[in-house]
Amino acid sequence: MLGRVAQNLFWLSRYVERAENMARLLEVGYRMSLTSRREGGASEHLLSMMQAAEVDELFLAKHKTPDAPSVSQFMLFDETNPSSVRSCLLAARTNARSVRTALTTDMWESLNTAWLEFSGVDPREVTGSRLIELLQWVKTVSYRYRGALLSTFLRDEGYAFSQIGNFVERADNTARILDMKYYVLLPRTDLIGGDVDIQQWTLILRAASAHRSYRHVYHDRYKAWNIADYLILRHEMPRSLFFSVGWINRTLEMLAEIHGGRSKGHEAAAQVTAMLDGNSMDRIFSYGLHEFLTEFIGKNNEITEAVAESYNFY
Amino acid sequence: MPGSLPFDEMTNADGSVREPYLILDSWLKEQPPQAMGLMAADAEAIFRRLGITFAVYGSNEGTEKLIPFDVIPRIISALEWRRLSKGIEQRVRALNAFLHDIYHRQEILRAGRIPEKLILNNSAFCPQMMGLDPARGIYSHIIGVDLVRVDAEGWYVLEDNLRTPSGVSYMLEDREAMLQLAPDLFSRLKVAPVETYPENLRRTLESVAPAGTKGTPTLAVLTPGIHNSAYFEHSFLADQMGAELCEGQDLFVDGGQVFMRTTTGPRRVDVVYRRIDDDFLDPLTFRSDSMLGVPGLFDAYRAGNVTLVNAPGTGIADDKAVYTYVPEIIEFYLGEKALLKNVPTHNCTDPDERAYVLEHIAELVVKEVHGSGGYGMMVGPTSTKEMHETFRQKILARPDNYIVQPTLALSTCPTFVESGIAPRHVDLRPYVLVGDQIRITPGGLTRVALKQGSLVVNSSQGGGTKDTWVLED
Repeated sequence: MLGRVAQNLFWLSRYVERAENMARLLEVGYRMSLTSRREGGASEHLLSMMQAAEVDELFLAKHKTPDAPSVSQFMLFDETNPSSVRSCLLAARTNARSVRTALTTDMWESLNTAWLEFSGVDPREVTGSRLIELLQWVKTVSYRYRGALLSTFLRDEGYAFSQIGNFVERADNTARILDMKYYVLLPRTDLIGGDVDIQQWTLILRAASAHRSYRHVYHDRYKAWNIADYLILRHEMPRSLFFSVGWINRTLEMLAEIHGGRSKGHEAAAQVTAMLDGNSMDRIFSYGLHEFLTEFIGKNNEITEAVAESYNFY
Repeated sequence: MPGSLPFDEMTNADGSVREPYLILDSWLKEQPPQAMGLMAADAEAIFRRLGITFAVYGSNEGTEKLIPFDVIPRIISALEWRRLSKGIEQRVRALNAFLHDIYHRQEILRAGRIPEKLILNNSAFCPQMMGLDPARGIYSHIIGVDLVRVDAEGWYVLEDNLRTPSGVSYMLEDREAMLQLAPDLFSRLKVAPVETYPENLRRTLESVAPAGTKGTPTLAVLTPGIHNSAYFEHSFLADQMGAELCEGQDLFVDGGQVFMRTTTGPRRVDVVYRRIDDDFLDPLTFRSDSMLGVPGLFDAYRAGNVTLVNAPGTGIADDKAVYTYVPEIIEFYLGEKALLKNVPTHNCTDPDERAYVLEHIAELVVKEVHGSGGYGMMVGPTSTKEMHETFRQKILARPDNYIVQPTLALSTCPTFVESGIAPRHVDLRPYVLVGDQIRITPGGLTRVALKQGSLVVNSSQGGGTKDTWVLED
């Protein structure tokens, strides 16, 4: 497979995953802003949501204060925001066009149709319930693409690169969501959270589509400790760091089998794995949650660089 | 003939239906009134979903256009096709022989059959090709011959395309769409398949691999990238052949061999089906500012380590000024009379002919020698007096830059347009593959001028396409 094609497949899947995550984040930020009763609370929520996506500075350079309409336009349609849903879907489709021969028809059509439908949306009409509807639609775009991929894509190199891209992006996103509100997750003397805390925790779980499944795993009310555990260390949670890194390792093993050897990508992934394997929330909290997440994000990025170098991305 | 109705391929002047169209005619009559409109809408949805688009130069990212597709097929009888394909085969054999001669001993120039100046001073002549021996002696492997029809018997070659003819993906997708849209019509007629094209293309490319190739040759389709107007076709053909779709940056030359950059390191490439123009192919040999090509590619070709399809310099055989001499070329190399007619062409450098052209410009078609895509041309009868005058001046200023032909009454085919089913002018581009043998796909791409009365069928100028059916006996 051409190195350029591998690179495109990697990024294509990252962009689709990112579009989905941006929609999740915006949904959560928007809900929080609606229910905030404090003066200025709404814009704080929106701002911290954009901090998690690392687009807050770009937003503030263009707008004064964050409010729901300006933030949703920015997160959905702004061409200058490299992580807006528009930018992600366009980048995904452009990547897909340039490697069309490497995709199945179903994968290509899911992206092409998504872009055509999204281009037909009039941004001025996207308010209130239309906004929630559109965010739901963005998630289904990602589901459609992934569904097409899982049911039609050959399990060879291309599949491996697409999965590494997908899960590097997902791990990055989950870590950022946690980091955005890490202080509300820190263990404190008052073990029962107040209303504000519960609201914040719900935000974090919702952003990972985990607010319902949490109950099935913990059979308990929301607790900061459990939430951190759930999104970092639980192997059965498909958006947790542990799960994402596990998936990356498995697809890297697949590549090693196809190529008959391991690469720097494997070494970089091993570094990230070492942060999670056998680790406990006890130790992570005593190390410092914020410090842990920052280090994780950095090491996770190194997987991308190592894979790019080992497999001749250019 | 100006004034009289052009030849219609379905309906005779007396209203009777021509034989190849009888079944189509009765099928059309069976369709409920809304059926054609629905079919057209379905067709558009199919093409858009598949992303069968072409980029329009100068327009924004993401604005790809669809080439309009007409849902009424154009039909050619088995007998008509046999005649045409014989003529086409003769033509491509002669043109390849011509190219070999021009880049070797130039016998045809020595014999004085073609003016030396016309070839050697031509910008399409590629001196770097002199003395080079391509695999099997073939220069143009993939050829599109543009034909027009004026009556039941009369077909003319409008031009030959020996560089990198495009449009074959539309031929294939048009058929795919028709099979989806009107399966019952196919069941009533025996239509020759076109789906064999990608397989035949692959066989052709493999058959011209360099002599030293070990095992199955590795094929690459070289594209300028996603911004090229024909990018869809490049990816489509690579996909259909199972060849790697490469951009210039994906290939490199090392020790006179061509390699592609893969995830596991360099892999040798034997045949490059390039869809990049000569000028941009290799910055070391041709235009040094080319970002699209592969440095050293031409040297690897010269050394016989890779085959370029088509060869550089084939443009000398489809140059509009050389076109006039094709009947001569056929006679010279094959000792045969040309089976397909050329459109009579006026040479403006000849004072008598020029005088005639200037006087009759309102009835004639003027084409720029190096123009393509319907640009730089003027159709006299449909142009204004000002346009006539502008082109008179252009011809006077540079008589060698223009060729002038009579306005042909292109045949029409029934076409579904806003007002219903109406005749529209068409041309035909059959596709020819030249390798271990000559393979002509039955039919080709029919282009149709959708505007009433228009004779310009180019997609950039509002033309559409039709599926083309060659009937089997």
